[in-house]
Amino acid sequence: MNARELVIDVSGVVKRFGNKTVVNGIDLKVERGEIYGFLGPNGSGKTTFIRMLCGLLTPDAGSGTCLGFDVLRQQAEIRRQVGYMTQRFSYYEDLTIAENLDFIARVYAVPDRREAVARSLERLGLQNRRRQLAGELSGGWKQRLALAACLIHSPRLLLLDEPTAGVDPKARRDFWEEIHDLAAEGLTVLITTHYMDEAERCHRLGYLAYGELLTRGTVSEVVASAGLTTWSVSGPDLHHLARRLRGREGVEQVVAFGNTLHVSGRNATLLEAAIAAERDARHEWARVRSGLEDVFISLMSGSRDNFT
Amino acid sequence: MSSNRFASYRLWALVVKEFIQMWRDRVTFGMMVGIPLMQLMLFGFAINSDPRHLPTAIRNADMGPFARTLVAALQNSDYFQVTTVTATEEETQRLLQLGKVQFVINIPVDFSRRLLRGLSPNVLVETDATDPSAVGPAVSTLRALAGKVLDHDLKGPLAALRDSVAPVNFQVHAHYNPENNTQYNIVPGLMGVVLTMTMVVITSLVITRERERGTMENLLATPVRPVEVMLGKIVPYIVVGYIQLTLILLAARYIFDVPLAGSLSLLYGVAFLFIAANLAMGITFSTLARNQLQAVQMAFFFFLPSILLSGFMFPFRGMPEWAQWLGTCLPLTHFLRMVRGILLKGNGLVEIAPELWPLLLFFVVALAIGIKRYRQTLD
Repeated sequence: MNARELVIDVSGVVKRFGNKTVVNGIDLKVERGEIYGFLGPNGSGKTTFIRMLCGLLTPDAGSGTCLGFDVLRQQAEIRRQVGYMTQRFSYYEDLTIAENLDFIARVYAVPDRREAVARSLERLGLQNRRRQLAGELSGGWKQRLALAACLIHSPRLLLLDEPTAGVDPKARRDFWEEIHDLAAEGLTVLITTHYMDEAERCHRLGYLAYGELLTRGTVSEVVASAGLTTWSVSGPDLHHLARRLRGREGVEQVVAFGNTLHVSGRNATLLEAAIAAERDARHEWARVRSGLEDVFISLMSGSRDNFT
Repeated sequence: MSSNRFASYRLWALVVKEFIQMWRDRVTFGMMVGIPLMQLMLFGFAINSDPRHLPTAIRNADMGPFARTLVAALQNSDYFQVTTVTATEEETQRLLQLGKVQFVINIPVDFSRRLLRGLSPNVLVETDATDPSAVGPAVSTLRALAGKVLDHDLKGPLAALRDSVAPVNFQVHAHYNPENNTQYNIVPGLMGVVLTMTMVVITSLVITRERERGTMENLLATPVRPVEVMLGKIVPYIVVGYIQLTLILLAARYIFDVPLAGSLSLLYGVAFLFIAANLAMGITFSTLARNQLQAVQMAFFFFLPSILLSGFMFPFRGMPEWAQWLGTCLPLTHFLRMVRGILLKGNGLVEIAPELWPLLLFFVVALAIGIKRYRQTLD
């Protein structure tokens, strides 16, 4: 049980489609039992990177290992020990839950297949729905089925590509509890998401934009490295206040959070000067800790469009 | 309720949207133009229900001038094209068995003698009647020819013979299908048509469906190898193909009374290659099509000439050369000849061998393209 065992250890990974570079030299190290969150705007290369890790795509450049196997040459070995959950539900809608699990278990040659399918149904609470067609399930149940299916062969690494898109908050919370339980048992998880609350549940994060990892580390490290100062303001007529603030030097972003505004900038002195000019008795100003969301909005607006 | 009445602007919005989508799907758009054009070419130029220039073997035992006139007259009728002149009956029977000739014309040794005596000599015309529609028009021509073929030669003192009922008597002997039963031709042919339809359409659909629904990505991320995915798709449909084959054979035997002259095990063996060739085609289409609609259209694009140019619906020999050449490239053409050969003529492996290798070639080429196009990874 070496705590520092690296499950993913790749460097300089590049993938091009035609003349467009989708993943541009990513280095990534993920330890065993870690939940690593991958964030970034749509089209930033998250899915492409995950597909390269599980051997669906071959990198154009780069090297490294995944589960101790060479990512360029031992893709077959990697596949056997990876559970990959695609962004879109990709099990058979015209098979029942039990039939889907049974098929996947056969493909992976899971020992004691019937037993394994029954266990997996039970663990995810799908026992009563085993005869239901997968196509009839709601988003949350489909996601549970997909998770059960990619766990059935007891993988050592779980790659989850936006697993909670379109899933209600309760189901999302249950899902994350399950993920944390699995990680505690030693499973490594790489997960992409757009939800900040999910990002905060990861042990470590990486922020990806136009194919490059811009920021990485724990939540507090990511927030600290952004060097962002944030003030919160509440009061009447925030809409017009926001418009005025946006024009001032030192104000880099103004984001509405319900009934408050978050005003952020990297230069604290300039930001305070700008705020001082707008202060009045009607508004209540307070300096707050920058949140992950402030940091990511700042990163996103700073990055170029990923589709050009 | 007036707000929810039929509104032309909403209809217009839908029509415009539909046209944009139609234009986006270039393959579908191409097919919509291509299929009518192909039908036009096939129905307009290739198909001919009055086949002429049919290969004919002559076994002439009488070397006299009357016999020569007769042969020349047959050639001039445009229906018969003498490809072989032979002296032995074994040779003519072999040519019929192999389907090399459509007709054998036997002129007896006493042809001139009987003619001169006014005894209306018999000329035996043997036909390969597996496809009655191919021989029908030519046989009717014979009846018309009989009365006047020798008019020019019968002059002077022989002129009296012209007026006799018929100076020559053509006796037609229809081989393999003496009653000119079209079912004998259609029912075995259907075997190939049904197999083509199921194998090409269904395989191209099921593989495209896997991709369209996103389940292919999942499959490829498992340890399953591409060749396993491919075979996993093929094997169930081979079984289905054999069930279809058996059903048609049973119907042929017990409903349509089609003679089963040859070896059934040979037929089942040959069918394997045919099924494989069509499956390979289906897989190739599935790698080219981006959605199920495109897959169906491509399959149809293949199915249409298969039905029209293979000799299933219209006599193969009635088509112009370019159409025959196209037909030769289709697996159904060769399978039809083998099925008819085995079932109606009792052909064995040796006789059908010339049809086997084109099928094998087609299979190899289609599979090579299919595998080349089918990529292990998504890139």
